[in-house]
Amino acid sequence: MAIFNSLQQAISESVKDGDTLALEGFTHLISFAAGHEIIRQKKRDLTLIRMTPDLIYDQLVGAGCAKKLIFSWGGNPGVGSLHRVRDAFQNNYPNALESVEHSHAAMANAYEAGAAGLPMAVFRGYIGSELTDVNDAISSVTCPFTGEKLACVPAIKPDVGIIHAQKADRQGNVLIEGIVGVQKEVVLSSKISIVTVEEIVDDLNTGPNSCVLPGWTVDQIAVAPKGAHPSYAHGYYQRDNQYYLDWDAISRDRERFNQWLEDEILQTGAN
Amino acid sequence: MTANYTPAEMMTVTAARALSNNMTCFVGIGLPSEAANVARMTHAPDITLIYESGTIQTKPEILPLSIGDGELCESALTTVSVPEMFRYWLQGGHIDVGFLGTAQIDKYANLNTTVIAAKDDSSVKEGKTSYANPKVRLPGGGGAPEISTNAKEVFITVKHSTRTFVEQVDFVTTVGFGRDGKVRDQHPQIGRGPTVVITDLCILKPDPDSKELVVVSLHPGVTKEQVIAATGWPIKFLESVTTTPTPNAQELDVLRTLKEKTARAHSAQGAV
Repeated sequence: MAIFNSLQQAISESVKDGDTLALEGFTHLISFAAGHEIIRQKKRDLTLIRMTPDLIYDQLVGAGCAKKLIFSWGGNPGVGSLHRVRDAFQNNYPNALESVEHSHAAMANAYEAGAAGLPMAVFRGYIGSELTDVNDAISSVTCPFTGEKLACVPAIKPDVGIIHAQKADRQGNVLIEGIVGVQKEVVLSSKISIVTVEEIVDDLNTGPNSCVLPGWTVDQIAVAPKGAHPSYAHGYYQRDNQYYLDWDAISRDRERFNQWLEDEILQTGAN
Repeated sequence: MTANYTPAEMMTVTAARALSNNMTCFVGIGLPSEAANVARMTHAPDITLIYESGTIQTKPEILPLSIGDGELCESALTTVSVPEMFRYWLQGGHIDVGFLGTAQIDKYANLNTTVIAAKDDSSVKEGKTSYANPKVRLPGGGGAPEISTNAKEVFITVKHSTRTFVEQVDFVTTVGFGRDGKVRDQHPQIGRGPTVVITDLCILKPDPDSKELVVVSLHPGVTKEQVIAATGWPIKFLESVTTTPTPNAQELDVLRTLKEKTARAHSAQGAV
């Protein structure tokens, strides 16, 4: 059953150094507030999984939280590169960073396999792609019924899965609306799940097919208003495009980044 | 007829014209998205546009900056999860055209969005990749590797230059026809692959037998010499190479209005 907690407590009780973490949100509902709290608590040696490691993982990597990145598209959407991730890959700053690179189809399938309790995902993919040469986690199986050779990748089963959602009710049931990405799969595939929400309400006002995670599938719920900023929350606020543009200059320069880290994250408190 | 258009506008309008009203198109961000929405706002009002964020039959009024902007969801018929998008809709065979951009493309229409090799990297010539120590690290594959094989066919739009059009891509992120042009022969269950490449200079199509990209149409005022100079391999031209029709006033108006509205909306959002 979901426990209502402060974000600070939710992270400190659930995330350990060395854990494998998935913070998701497919361009929408990105768990920025939770990511910033992980930075503030100086978690280390994390394996970070995310289909689109954008600014939030650039910040976690730059802050020295990560030892490994598992991803399928890494960039600042509509702007350019992730300079902190690049500095870690190329110059081991602030530490060395391993990477495991997939396609979106592979990661989406791997999350779904994790949620389904399977050891691996099978799909028609990676045909002719040289990603298979640089990623040992891509293999193949032959269909016993048709003989077709299909790609397979290990299921994603994070130690801790973290998502942001619009709202939860007082029983801890969570409603996700808009672009739902892999939010449901992350919660169902993770050993421990944390959901940050914009608000707690008496009634979710759901339709019969709404994307709802029952309270008993979630371990921790923390209220984090604007917790997805600078990404957006459908029905609450829009994407802050200026933040993404400004990030390019901040992240290019180690000193500017470290100053940002100090001023905007370390010296500020969690919600 | 109007001569007042830029090569970039020529490219977008030509790419838009490649799409037809009854198609289901899986749209990549950037140039493909621009072209697909111009098509929807001109000759193809009923085209189904699908983005990998799960938005089906979306009709954005402004161009998205990212693949999952709120505008895509709000204007869509329905929005599904990302696993469902890739499994049911793409892999399930419901997509007619995958519309992609790229950083590098080679003569067999293989696409590279992973790494640009250092100049002295000899491993590229041996058909190997220089993945570990690139000159430039690009974002990666995203949806493209499976869009390219699971859509029935693939359209590509990209600016023409020797940096982009290389004899061999530094890394095959997304297969066109493979390093030898023959990969699809061994996989009868996948799509036809790239059928057209639209640049700011010309239109290219794969040769039916060799699969090598050949120029089939030159944009008005563009010479063969210009295309040769902008291509990193000895490019071939169809004997009966045609001249691409110019954009009409409506297409240009729609494209320019769309870009203006997009710029205004995105700067307003940034100021919030």
